Amino acid sequence: MRLRLLALSLEVAVPAALVAGWWLWTTTHDSFFFPALPDILRSFADTWVFERIGSDVGPSLKRLSIGFCAAAVVAVTVGVLLGQSLFARRAANPIIEFFRAIPPVALLPFGILVIGIGDTMKIAIIATVCLWPILLNTVDAVASLDPTLEATTRVYGVRGFERLRRVVLPAAAPQIAAGLRTSLSLSLIMMVVSEMVASTNGIGYFILQSQRTFAIPEMWSGILLLGFLGYVLNLVFVLLEQRFLRWHRGARATSRAA
Amino acid sequence: MTSAAAIGAPSLGARARALANSWPPVVSVVCVMALFELLSRADVIPRSAFPPLTATFETLGELLGETSFWTAVWDTLKGWGIGLGIAAGAAIPLGVLIGTSHLLYRSLRVPIEFLRPIPSVALIPLAILVYGTGIHSKVFLVVFASFWQLLINTLYGVRDVDPVTIDTARAFGLGPVARLGRITLPSAVPYIATGLRIASTTALILAVTAELVIGSPGLGREIELARQGGANEIVYALIIVLGILGWVLNAGFSRLERRALHWHPSQWSKGVPA
Repeated sequence: MRLRLLALSLEVAVPAALVAGWWLWTTTHDSFFFPALPDILRSFADTWVFERIGSDVGPSLKRLSIGFCAAAVVAVTVGVLLGQSLFARRAANPIIEFFRAIPPVALLPFGILVIGIGDTMKIAIIATVCLWPILLNTVDAVASLDPTLEATTRVYGVRGFERLRRVVLPAAAPQIAAGLRTSLSLSLIMMVVSEMVASTNGIGYFILQSQRTFAIPEMWSGILLLGFLGYVLNLVFVLLEQRFLRWHRGARATSRAA
Repeated sequence: MTSAAAIGAPSLGARARALANSWPPVVSVVCVMALFELLSRADVIPRSAFPPLTATFETLGELLGETSFWTAVWDTLKGWGIGLGIAAGAAIPLGVLIGTSHLLYRSLRVPIEFLRPIPSVALIPLAILVYGTGIHSKVFLVVFASFWQLLINTLYGVRDVDPVTIDTARAFGLGPVARLGRITLPSAVPYIATGLRIASTTALILAVTAELVIGSPGLGREIELARQGGANEIVYALIIVLGILGWVLNAGFSRLERRALHWHPSQWSKGVPA
């Protein structure tokens, strides 16, 4: 009991102490690159609280969500198709493996070359990059369907769309969710990088521009915003996953207890 | 009827099957490449943006003969290697330390959860400010990104140790150091190996990103320079090089991961001899 109380109090006290330490250190030491925490927070309030939401945060999030959703839809569709055919998997494997190995950032010059700079290019790049983790996880999940489940489905004559909807997709859902989560963080990275390299608005553009014009507290406020965004996106995703995959966690818990 | 030779060598049937299984990927790759070549030469897809594959491969061949190319490759690998090494040297011991102490884990869990999702690319401007445009900013970004992945994986590995095993060891009189060395660490090694594989991919991505955006010497910078100069074939050739590099590094770490995992019960069903 005492241990549990101690752990809980530490969990609150240590982060608070770290923030306080950051506050103290930056206010007492005068460093150009690491401005005082109160200054950063003030510029955060000035810049982001509702002023730049429309001009920078909005476009960034729009690109992120369209790219991510497009990738998810295409990847799951293609993944399900590939997962069901051993021949197609073998044939497509080297192509997928090669494109997956290309560091996503290297596709930016390719994108600028082919599509130019603009929203379409950024969305296309985000979608292309996010495609691979989801695709690979979907193919893996569909291909390794539990043999007992597969046999039972066939015995009961469940075929076609019904089979897909009631057996294959739910069975593959946990792994697809893992792929979606990886892609989410990838999409955030690609959004920021594409805005740094080829854009005139967006959070990434704002941070780089602030650095170029030596508006350091603004730069830090942008970094804080991105960290916050990453945290929130991850949180939302975990909550959605817990809601939709409730049945899976319950089943796993039962089997683990057994 | 058995013979010593038949036990060791794969049977004729198995070899024929292996050959039959290998032709779909080869044929598909050849078909895709041929299709791309045709579309490009026929100008169905604009040749300025999509040069024919043969031209790209020709440029690739030329590049392989130039020292500047190999210098760029070495620069990229240098940043990747140093960054990954520093990250591993910091994250793995820290992960073991935090994982073994429940109090430390609870204290640091919230800060880690907040710092972890910060996209390392958000720190690019900070890196430029503090470290300039050389290899240091590249290494800084690589370390930041890889550190968190290695830390999380090591943490999971250390905390996922079967408590029954630990209790058994304690019952047999093993002290905390012996428990760490004989049970916790070997149990955590597969997780660390997986973490290293994922971190190595992330490290390459960040290294190329730093080169592309900041202009640190390396393949990323070469691609950007080629694009600005309009040398599209070099752009494509370098992208292919990066793909091969990424694939080689991933394959290398995958093999390492398999070797680290070969004794683990989860791997026995995959046909690896126990």
